[in-house]
Amino acid sequence: MLKIENLHVRVAGKDILKGLSLEVKAGEVHAIMGPNGAGKSTLGNVLAGREGYEVVEGSVSFEDKDLLAFEPEQRAAEGVFLAFQYPVEIPGVNNTYFLRAALNAQRKYRGETELDSMAFLKRVREKLSVLHLKDELLHRAVNEGFSGGEKKRNEIFQLALLEPKLAILDETDSGLDIDALKAVADSVNLMRSPDRAFLVITHYQRLLDYIKPDVVHVLADGRIVESGGPELALQLEEHGYAWVKDRIAPASA
Amino acid sequence: MSALLASFKTAFEALPTALVEAHGHGDARRGAMSAVLADGLPGHRSESWKYTSLRALSARSVVPANSVAVDVDAALLADIPSPRMVFVNSRFDSALSKIDVLPAGIEVQALSQALAGDDARASFVLGRRFERNDEVFARLNAALAGDGALVRVAADTVIVEPLHLVFIGVPAAADLGLHLRHLIELRDNAALTVVEHHLSSGSQRHLHNHLCHVHLKPGAILRHARLQDEDAGASLITRTDAVLASNTHYRRVDVELGAALSRHELNVSLQGEGARLYSGGALLADGRRHVDTRLGIEHVARDTSCELVWRGLANERGRAVFHGGILIKAGADGSAAMLSNKNLLLSDTAEIDTQPVLEIHADEVQAAHGATVGRLDESVLFYLRSRGIPAELARALLIGAFLREPLALLDDSVVADALAARLSLRLGQTGVSG
Repeated sequence: MLKIENLHVRVAGKDILKGLSLEVKAGEVHAIMGPNGAGKSTLGNVLAGREGYEVVEGSVSFEDKDLLAFEPEQRAAEGVFLAFQYPVEIPGVNNTYFLRAALNAQRKYRGETELDSMAFLKRVREKLSVLHLKDELLHRAVNEGFSGGEKKRNEIFQLALLEPKLAILDETDSGLDIDALKAVADSVNLMRSPDRAFLVITHYQRLLDYIKPDVVHVLADGRIVESGGPELALQLEEHGYAWVKDRIAPASA
Repeated sequence: MSALLASFKTAFEALPTALVEAHGHGDARRGAMSAVLADGLPGHRSESWKYTSLRALSARSVVPANSVAVDVDAALLADIPSPRMVFVNSRFDSALSKIDVLPAGIEVQALSQALAGDDARASFVLGRRFERNDEVFARLNAALAGDGALVRVAADTVIVEPLHLVFIGVPAAADLGLHLRHLIELRDNAALTVVEHHLSSGSQRHLHNHLCHVHLKPGAILRHARLQDEDAGASLITRTDAVLASNTHYRRVDVELGAALSRHELNVSLQGEGARLYSGGALLADGRRHVDTRLGIEHVARDTSCELVWRGLANERGRAVFHGGILIKAGADGSAAMLSNKNLLLSDTAEIDTQPVLEIHADEVQAAHGATVGRLDESVLFYLRSRGIPAELARALLIGAFLREPLALLDDSVVADALAARLSLRLGQTGVSG
């Protein structure tokens, strides 16, 4: 589904990703772990199409299409979703209106019929109940006055509503207490399917206790330096990232 | 003498004697006219006209509206319910107006009708003098206005249905100079909602000059919305002078969407203890439009407050000018003043001038003011686009939300929603983009 080859990305004149390669197949959950400054969030942002991330080398294909050639809104409609590490507040834009505009813009792009407000609300209510979120959330402006946890849950709610093919969770666990973390993980687990892939970017292992990854990658200094099964996350937890550095040092020497 | 003033002089000389002398205001009218001619139009050295040049306007000539009946596009009025007063090219149009059936306690009359009658109290505002030489349009209005809306609500009367005041410009053989004078007066504990509509039935380059007096007696509550959706060729000079007695609430929102030039002076004097002003507006300056709002808020009595929320947008070659003047006089202790003016500057050729001016001569005052000029937040745009919303729609969403913010000050969701709908329509029409 997603194939990243030798990706080099520069941000504000600084090389952040330095030859990252990664392949994610439909139905798989991949975790990307790594120390601060390794380029984890850059990966999420460059996949979603944020401005200011200059791809200097390499390629990203999504379902055999050149993902990097698409505008951010096209990537979303093609099925890529980024759950933001820091969701922004948008005063004055009603959450329901925003969600419907987003869903219908995607449907229009894909040549599907747009949902009327009845059909849309029905879908919203289904997703809300699954996530144990309050209706009240819908009447507020997007993320405005939301607590950190509410913002993250709102990201996952959008994920549930938009039903992307590839969901990238950028440090969704940061700032969540254990209950919120479990709720988010439950929602993600409900959405796992053979047609959908997840890229879970995290600094800590604890989210992976609840979202079991198929593959764990360690991202350090702009590259994937180690890949393995879930046990890799546990080793990292035990030894810290310094352990990875030690392991790669001889190879790169 | 500029061509503009010469044309006003001619217009004044042609006024019917009966109108000039009506209710004993002849001297006041003549005095106002000669003051205009003596002082001329203010130039860029005049502090209050520094950012709005009258040079282009001064070279033009306008003529008074004649009494020939004109056709008005019926669609303009389709959504405006009764009660409503309709003025076409500054003349009260009784056929288009709907004021036959009014709730008890509200009196509505056209100034032209009042002047034709013998009740001088009906037009007492006409006696007011304008001393400053930059008050040229108020003076012109004092000299030339022959029509307008006079609205009175009796004490302890709450009028639920909004009163609509509709001003329609219609193309004429020549550009017109139109002067209207209004009075909205709420007696003790009265409440009213007024919605002004400034609309155009076809392309015209008239000069519209409105002078509105608002008098709120103790405990009165006035909600006042003004939708300015004039033709892109029109020039509009508006001045509102409001006087607030104790424990009054004046909630006012101005939505400026049209006209080539729109200048609004909003002067509010908080004269009674506990008087509250909530005033906000959206200034949309795109194309080559020039939109200028000048607030003159004066706290005179103790424990008065104002909350001012103004939003401006300039795009293409447009220019938005905002002056937020707040004066807290000695003795107005315990007053609170909050001014927020945020602006979006969406092109390199557009301009925004914002100037909050706070002057405090009292004690225990709470005052806060802030003015910003910025672009659309790229991180917010990206967030919307990352959810599949195309860039153009994302911009429109953010701009709409930005400009709608002041509407909540009205505390009337029905009127606020109607204004929001007009705003959205206008933003959709022009495809405002950043």
